Amino acid sequence: MSSRDAILGRIRRSLGASGSDATRLAAVRHRLAETPVNVVPARGQLPSSERVDLFVRKAGEVFASVARLEGREDIPGAVVSYLRDRNLPQEIRRGDDRRLADLPWEREAQLAVTTGPSDGSDLVGLSHSDAGVAETGTVVLTSGTDNPTTLNFLPDHHIVVVDASTVAGDYETVWAELRRRFGAGVMPRTVNLVTGPSRSADIEETLLLGAHGPRSLHILVVG
Amino acid sequence: MSGGLTSQSFPKNARAALANPPLLKAIAHIEETLVGGRRRATEALPEFKALRDAGRDIKAHALDHLDLYLEAFERKVVEAGGFVHWAADAADANRIILDICRKAGAQRVTKGKSMITEEVGLNAFLQENGIAPVETDLGEYIIQLRGETPSHIIAPAVHVNKEQVAADFRRAHADLDPKRNLEEPTSLLAEARGVLRERFLSADVGITGANFLVAETGSTVIVTNEGNGDLTQILPKTHIVLASIEKVVPTLEDVATIMRLLARSATGQEMSVYTTFSTGPRRTGDPDGPEAFHVVLLDNGRSAMLGSEFEDMLRCIRCGACINHCPVYRSIGGHAYGSVYPGPMGSVLTPSLQGLEKSAHLANASTLCGRCESVCPMRIPLPKMLRHWREKEFERHLTPKKARFGLAAWRFLAARPRLYGLATRLGAWGLARLAGRDGSLRQAPLAGSWTRWRDLPAPEGGTFRTEWAKRGRK
Amino acid sequence: MTTPKPRVALFVTCLVDFFRPTVGFSAVKLLEDAGCDVYVPAGQTCCGQPAYNSGDRAGARALAERVITLFEGFDHVVIPSGSCAGMIKTHYSDLFSGEPGWRLRAEALADKTHELTSFLVDVLGVSPLPVTWEGTATYHDSCSGLRELGIKEQPRRLLSAVDGLTVKEMADPEACCGFGGAFCVKYDEISNAIVERKVADVRGTGAELLLSGDLGCLLNISGKLRREGSSVEVRHVAEVLAGMATGPAIGESRK
Repeated sequence: MSSRDAILGRIRRSLGASGSDATRLAAVRHRLAETPVNVVPARGQLPSSERVDLFVRKAGEVFASVARLEGREDIPGAVVSYLRDRNLPQEIRRGDDRRLADLPWEREAQLAVTTGPSDGSDLVGLSHSDAGVAETGTVVLTSGTDNPTTLNFLPDHHIVVVDASTVAGDYETVWAELRRRFGAGVMPRTVNLVTGPSRSADIEETLLLGAHGPRSLHILVVG
Repeated sequence: MSGGLTSQSFPKNARAALANPPLLKAIAHIEETLVGGRRRATEALPEFKALRDAGRDIKAHALDHLDLYLEAFERKVVEAGGFVHWAADAADANRIILDICRKAGAQRVTKGKSMITEEVGLNAFLQENGIAPVETDLGEYIIQLRGETPSHIIAPAVHVNKEQVAADFRRAHADLDPKRNLEEPTSLLAEARGVLRERFLSADVGITGANFLVAETGSTVIVTNEGNGDLTQILPKTHIVLASIEKVVPTLEDVATIMRLLARSATGQEMSVYTTFSTGPRRTGDPDGPEAFHVVLLDNGRSAMLGSEFEDMLRCIRCGACINHCPVYRSIGGHAYGSVYPGPMGSVLTPSLQGLEKSAHLANASTLCGRCESVCPMRIPLPKMLRHWREKEFERHLTPKKARFGLAAWRFLAARPRLYGLATRLGAWGLARLAGRDGSLRQAPLAGSWTRWRDLPAPEGGTFRTEWAKRGRK
Repeated sequence: MTTPKPRVALFVTCLVDFFRPTVGFSAVKLLEDAGCDVYVPAGQTCCGQPAYNSGDRAGARALAERVITLFEGFDHVVIPSGSCAGMIKTHYSDLFSGEPGWRLRAEALADKTHELTSFLVDVLGVSPLPVTWEGTATYHDSCSGLRELGIKEQPRRLLSAVDGLTVKEMADPEACCGFGGAFCVKYDEISNAIVERKVADVRGTGAELLLSGDLGCLLNISGKLRREGSSVEVRHVAEVLAGMATGPAIGESRK
């Protein structure tokens, strides 16, 4: 017998249950198809502008910095200011995501923008998130042809664009949106929920930012 | 593992820990950081109690249908282009992982933090077979350099102070400037970041555990703060996930519910920094991500816990709250337990994993104060299960003779009120006389291990029942 | 027509019987002042908790059967201990799984069994007769009372009516004192480390009196305070509430 069958057999014996029991199968099918929502905190259930405010506050609480922009065309300028304020070279790397590619980068002549995944040598990465989650100040990033995951982790500084209209009150709203875009039961290869910059408390329980991932997370909230 | 499994010598281990002031000082940090953090985070979320109930119910439902959810999970992983392997025990899991590493031609292997790889002793096994995995979580990296095992499931190096880390780094990173300053935790972190960055970028295989397996989507989920788990799983060509079977939950909604409990209970964060869902290998056109994705599902005794008095333990999400709040853990740290998992959750799990004969001390070394259960996000009745192990120990006549005799004598006496009354009357009178006017005894017959540390308050004299009778009361 | 006085059986507990009869008399006074008819069934010994927590289910079951038989005829059973009350209220029925008849009797007894302060506040809803105790006290929440029975506010509410008494809380009043029954002699070094922390917390409050509702904890904490040469008085909460905190405190020398 394969290990697989042995393990499943032992589970069924311990449970005193059968793998072909119609009631059990129906219960599982129902749960996977209906994906019932459990308890959702009231905290994020707010009208949109207050929801975005909560997102900004929560992101700040976990040591992300946040800038609010009126329109997408302000993004290149905001990137330049961020780099200038931190005495960083005017260089960023980003994915080919249309939402980033279509921005007026030409307005910022001093800024060098390269595209593609990171090999670990980039100081600053720029990504576009698919959603923000107000309840914890979390940004949601999905991988894909034009959205390398390495940009989320290897650069020292990670700048993430969040469209204010995509800020959800809770994770459940994000799941529903993922299902709408990719299909039920289908996930992008990588979904990253990022809440603040990388940190560690492994030395004497002292909180330090910038363990292995980005030392700083800068969020540009647009709209 | 160099720490070895030494639960049998728990009292000796505990004594050594109690005589180790730097260790005790290090553990004391837990009060403000982890315990205080949990308190603040849970107080800030009015729904926390309801979430605990929901979390318990999700896990209970998943366990009741574990076979079916595992099959569903497997189907989805395969659909996404990944491989699923089933391991009945530690040896199986190690062999499967070695095999994958060999087929991938692995020279360099990185690891994310994973208690399950500690449980199967993966590092030692791979090393014996010529592959030296590098731990990348800062705490795990530190204890790997020290040749130790984790002393806490979420804070593996909680027993180490920064001076010790500095000494370890100087020894291990001999090629760096010997005059460099390593006084502050920031400089230690920066050095580890630099050294490990090289390892991440050159690894052929990355091995992680999983906090959740999602049946709905075939995703494995890791929850970390440092980002090392992500670098471990996205950079190498092959990603191997080792996860025990009870990690499966039905849906993303269920992950969301338990996620809200996990970090708050563990570190007092509302959310850990990185929660990452991985589904299959890199897709066509993807610029990065692993080319091969393997999930190894480990049983190692868990299927036998289902349907038993220890089934509730399978709800555990490894947050460590029970450990942080345990007065025993807080007195001796994690290594004294001599087991992979320390503290209350470890004392319940360990007898299942390594046999009650070798670990009978663990269930007894608890005051049953119940604080573990009161903070457990999954509402696992830990004291009840510790008592179950004591019952098994008693049934199997593993209880030490002296204790058994004492219990039998007490039971004999307590069932005979007259004799009991006489014995207690004599005892109370005797001890009161012995104490004289002092009110406390510095030594007393049969009470050596009490009076070694504290005085024994003397009885007032007559027993309550005698005095009551003297007053002619009913 | 006046309602008949409730017939209340006092389960005094083996520790109170042996070490501290004053606690038993204080409980009787509080109950009588509150209008109860108090009985002390003569055959009472031990609730069986030591056996239960040592894995000896049969031994615990045998003692539980005695307790049920002895106490089930009363309107209420009151116990000046969260630990023994917790044993009867939360664990007895578990000892009779597979014995429906006994299980029902165990559950019926559990329903009418109460820890002393909880009985006064939650069941009778009475305020004890006015008493005075000048000074500052701190209160240790015993583990079983707190976590098995939810006793937290009751003793504090009763103490708030004591004239002259201020309660100053410890940093962590809910931390275990390290007694744990057999634990304190079986793993005495660890038990000592735990009680050291408790005593440091007690002393940190500056209170001159430590109160609690369980004699096991009190003996442990008093023993440690005495060994450290502290002058903090240690008493069962019932002694103060009944105005009977006049003799030597627990472990204190006789003048």
